[in-house]
Amino acid sequence: MSSGTALPENLDSFPKLVERNAREFPSRAAYREKEFGIWQSWTWAEARDGIEAIARGLIAMGLAKGDHVAIVGRNRPYFYWSMLAVQYAGGIPVPVYQDSVADEMAYVLDHCGARFAVVQDQEQVDKLTDVAERIPALERIIYVDPRGLRRYDHTNLVSLSDLRKSGEDRKAETEGELRARVDAAKASDTCIILYTSGTTGRPKGVVLTNANVLITARNSCDFDALTHEEDVLAYLPMAWVGDYVFSMGQACWAGFCVNCPESAETMQSDLKEIGPTYFFAPPRFFEGLLTSIMIRMEDASPLKQRIFHHYIDHAKRIGPALLDGREVGTGDRLKYRLGHALVYGPLLNATGLSRVRVGYTAGEAIGPEIFEFYRSLGINLKQLYGQTEGTIYITQQPDGEVSADTVGVPSPGVEVRIGDSGEVFYRSPGTFAEYYKNPEATAETKDPEGWVATGDAGFFEPDSGHLRIIDRAKDVGKLTSGALFAPKYAENKLKFYPNILEAVAFGDGNDYCTAFVNIDLTAVGNWAERNNIAYASYQELAGHPRVYAAIQEHVEEANRSIAEDALLSHCQIRRFLVLHKELDADDGELTRTRKVRRRIIAEKYAPLVTALYDGSDSVYIETEVTYEDGRKGAIKATLEIRDAAVVTPDIQKVAAE
Amino acid sequence: MSAAIAEPTITEDGRRIGGVVMEMRNITLRFGGVTAIKDISFDIREGEVRAIIGPNGAGKSSMLNVINGFYHPQEGEVWFRGEKRGPMKPYQIARQGIARTFQNIALFKGMSTLDNIMTGRLIHMKTGILGQAIWKGGAEREEIENRERVEKIIDFLEIQKIRKAPVGSLPYGLQKRVELGRALASDPQLLLLDEPMAGMNVEEKEDMSRFILDVNDEFGTTIALIEHDMGVVMDISDRVVVMDYGAKIGDGTPDEVRQDQKVIDAYLGVSHD
Repeated sequence: MSSGTALPENLDSFPKLVERNAREFPSRAAYREKEFGIWQSWTWAEARDGIEAIARGLIAMGLAKGDHVAIVGRNRPYFYWSMLAVQYAGGIPVPVYQDSVADEMAYVLDHCGARFAVVQDQEQVDKLTDVAERIPALERIIYVDPRGLRRYDHTNLVSLSDLRKSGEDRKAETEGELRARVDAAKASDTCIILYTSGTTGRPKGVVLTNANVLITARNSCDFDALTHEEDVLAYLPMAWVGDYVFSMGQACWAGFCVNCPESAETMQSDLKEIGPTYFFAPPRFFEGLLTSIMIRMEDASPLKQRIFHHYIDHAKRIGPALLDGREVGTGDRLKYRLGHALVYGPLLNATGLSRVRVGYTAGEAIGPEIFEFYRSLGINLKQLYGQTEGTIYITQQPDGEVSADTVGVPSPGVEVRIGDSGEVFYRSPGTFAEYYKNPEATAETKDPEGWVATGDAGFFEPDSGHLRIIDRAKDVGKLTSGALFAPKYAENKLKFYPNILEAVAFGDGNDYCTAFVNIDLTAVGNWAERNNIAYASYQELAGHPRVYAAIQEHVEEANRSIAEDALLSHCQIRRFLVLHKELDADDGELTRTRKVRRRIIAEKYAPLVTALYDGSDSVYIETEVTYEDGRKGAIKATLEIRDAAVVTPDIQKVAAE
Repeated sequence: MSAAIAEPTITEDGRRIGGVVMEMRNITLRFGGVTAIKDISFDIREGEVRAIIGPNGAGKSSMLNVINGFYHPQEGEVWFRGEKRGPMKPYQIARQGIARTFQNIALFKGMSTLDNIMTGRLIHMKTGILGQAIWKGGAEREEIENRERVEKIIDFLEIQKIRKAPVGSLPYGLQKRVELGRALASDPQLLLLDEPMAGMNVEEKEDMSRFILDVNDEFGTTIALIEHDMGVVMDISDRVVVMDYGAKIGDGTPDEVRQDQKVIDAYLGVSHD
């Protein structure tokens, strides 16, 4: 296996890969974007020319080797090109989440000392202008969409099209410099800095080298046999490592086409039009899609419903076996084929997943029923486990060895070991160089031999050899009885119900476990409509007695399921409440990648947590909320607290431990 | 006559306000015995955002209907682009380059967003029935050209997601946006907006304000609007006409109008002692 070997010198940086692709696949589509209602496309040769022109413009503007350039925008070819152009010019791109508030953005731009920023539109320009005095190093802002910006003072402002034009005009004088910088790039150079949102504290800048990204891209392309024929849809945040690896690393390495949706809201219909062959989505996407399919089916005629359920049941029985290449009887095969013609095929086509050859999900646990549903339809959906510090890949599931509760075997070239405390460590060609300007944090995370602590607790399943993740190591606690408390384990059981969007479990240092529950407005709202339950606001719906009753049923059912796991049966939820507002990243309750920040939530809703443990039936709370434009307001509510039945675990089983 | 053609000026934010596009001279409009508008004169200058405000029943919508030629006043003169305007047929009204939106949304509910906005392009389509029937050649080319323009508007108003959705199924705020799109599709020189923000929440109002300013800024479209929300009006307009009981009681920049005692009285009420 070539997984450990170094990169060939002619392919050890992004510009060199773009040059190769422009040479080998000049007329194949490299980028597509839906704009003005049609898919516009650019071949590798056109993309190369565009990227070079921007790079020349940047050089002419004074970009020096090693300069940092912030990239703030949604997935559009122009931003991917800008990142590549920065690398052509010897600089280092730093993508930033475009929905960050001005304060977060100021921190990142100041920390990396960006001299230039390429941004989407007026909104981002305004944000950066607001915090200008906190980012003294920023000299120029380059914007893509000129709307509303025409009359701004253009001393420090330039449009990307003007920059590109200036690059084209100055082709001759920048040619030598550009070639020299492209040729000088080597595998050990910094490729990109990605700021991780982190569940605690300020974001940290993860420095990845060309070798990190490109060796990982090569290994992962080999693992799933990705070629230049693939199509991907680029819709996940550009500042997230996954998008960088899938839409840049693997796309440039294999030479496949990156498709950008028209807008964030049209992703679903753009997905359908493109029909990607290689697709990544977080579990919430698959959950949401399944919920909407089921809601639509409930509105279908009885005959259609019967056909649907009949064949879906058959698929659940036969589909996974077919996908894994296990033996299936001829009759079942024929029936599955009929089901494909009648149900699965049209369903996949309507969701845009019919061409998916390799699909991945990661980031959170996925409900087994949800996972199996997609696999039973014939989608090769697999799980992977990783983090920014390892250029995403740590473990992944090979074809035919897939299960809902493990995350697979170590990816090619990656070594994984479990520490004494149960924490997962890894070492790989993708292991990050350092946290930018933060040697202490680097030393804390990565030891001198290159082993990185993931912060997750997990173990290898003895029979399959696959890794299973329990929870964040620091979140795993103990009840007063000394029993193990893994909040995520309980939360995931709850989140698998379509009515529950988010759950936050408490219990560390207490006698029993409790939870906050966030309802899913789409699912619960639809149910309310069906049952003639009137409501005027999220808050009212969340507090409705019948909603409470439904959630209570879910909690109790989840408890029964939790009780089955001898090790974690104490994590059953004894008391719960339904939150009056949706947890939101703008209020700091979730990370930008929508992970629960449990410490912040526990502090902010301290009175609620107290009430969960002091036996009261209801509690009054006032909560500050942040609107999208940054203004603040407050919502007041009196929340009901309910007890849920728990299952007493088998005494002998506990005693036996 | 009165009101000498004003010299072009440049606003604080750098927009160019040109000469007078439309002038109302001593307009009086009656419906039977009811006098909706009493002897009102004002002008609209090229490139400005001109607001007409006033309490309910002040005659604002009637005024808008006079501006676009739907009503012909019994007394007074309407001058548009240097010409005095007489009574007009509906197709003549449409062709003069004035587009409008309605207080109560007047879209084709069963048609998609795209088709609704396309109807705004009809006055720019020249192919006849025969040409449309043959389709290939002229009609097809024309459709493509106009579709391109419509797509730019959809992009501008950020309504890609609802391109194919029937407008009847859309929330109110979005329908208002579609209606603005249809008005823009005719490439108007003067855009009339009848309560563009009525019934909207704060966020929708902010979005709509941004779109109105952007339309004015990007396309240089002159805009006359009626609005109830004083905050919004004062923020986005260059000059404001204030009406009460069919008469004009104030005219000037938002700051001037805000300090005018008659305006304050009309809005806040006066004690009758």
